[in-house]
Amino acid sequence: MTAEHLDGNALAGPLGEIFAVDVTAATGRCASCGQAGPVAGLHVYGPEPGLVARCPGCEEVMMRLVRGPGAAWLDLRGTVSLRVNLPE
Amino acid sequence: MRRRLVWRAARLREVRVETSTARTLVLEVPGWPGHLAGQHVDVRLTADDGYTAQRSYSLAAPADGEVIELTVETVPGGEVSPYLTEVMEPGDQVEVRGPVGGWFVWRPASQAPVLLVGGGSGIVPLMAMIRERRRVAARVPFRLVYSLRDPERRYYAEELRRPDPGLDITYLYTRAAPDGASRPAGRVTPADLAEGGWPADFEPDCYVCGPTGFVEAAADLLLTLGHAPERVRTERFGPTGG
Repeated sequence: MTAEHLDGNALAGPLGEIFAVDVTAATGRCASCGQAGPVAGLHVYGPEPGLVARCPGCEEVMMRLVRGPGAAWLDLRGTVSLRVNLPE
Repeated sequence: MRRRLVWRAARLREVRVETSTARTLVLEVPGWPGHLAGQHVDVRLTADDGYTAQRSYSLAAPADGEVIELTVETVPGGEVSPYLTEVMEPGDQVEVRGPVGGWFVWRPASQAPVLLVGGGSGIVPLMAMIRERRRVAARVPFRLVYSLRDPERRYYAEELRRPDPGLDITYLYTRAAPDGASRPAGRVTPADLAEGGWPADFEPDCYVCGPTGFVEAAADLLLTLGHAPERVRTERFGPTGG
């Protein structure tokens, strides 16, 4: 990708609207290449018309997040799994 | 389980000028729940016609009760930053939401030495870590490598000049170095990070923050120097901010 990107840290607020835990510190695995790493390390493009997070290894899309009036759309088909640390 | 993320009113209490294009906003936020060093907030502006614009800014200091600090660089033509840096006056209000972000944070309980690498306004969350270390009187040693265009771009100049035992600072100037500087102006090199940082076998936690190009270059250099990828945390600021 040639456009300037931010990273998954920028998803903290928008994902924080949806989830009760901080997802940016979770480990996500890419459905395309299998690389695993912190959501904070994804390459993020946006914010308009929505946030698109790509794998830093293969640049395939792992997440899309669009905030509309009264609802948010989260597309996770590019993510196999999210490992979320939960202190006991 | 944490509290639901809500927008809160924030009232500007005080402004500190950092450079000709950046200033620190001291904001009173009733109900602020506290935060970790390195976390950020979303700031939302609402126009008279209801149009809203929001941007994310790093918190520059530990919370002082319900008072928080942000340092904002003007992005020319930006929707949010020119208001914050040029228009907003003490007593004016914006909305903030946070704190958010649990990855690019330093916790005082951590025992590892710390290397902070900041490019330009990427110093802001790193300064929050430096101030938190001082606030809790942590014994963990910190090193800061601060890359900036020229000496006039330096944030927190006076505070960083004061001695802070256990904190070593290296300045890297990319365009114009001060008279008498031993290092010529130029981009960050492996030698800069080897001399200004820690040997990889000390297993320091590395925090790299700045514009995307700077972060990728500096993080790659740290990996080349042998630092483990899981010990190199990055946060990119981009021109899509503003």
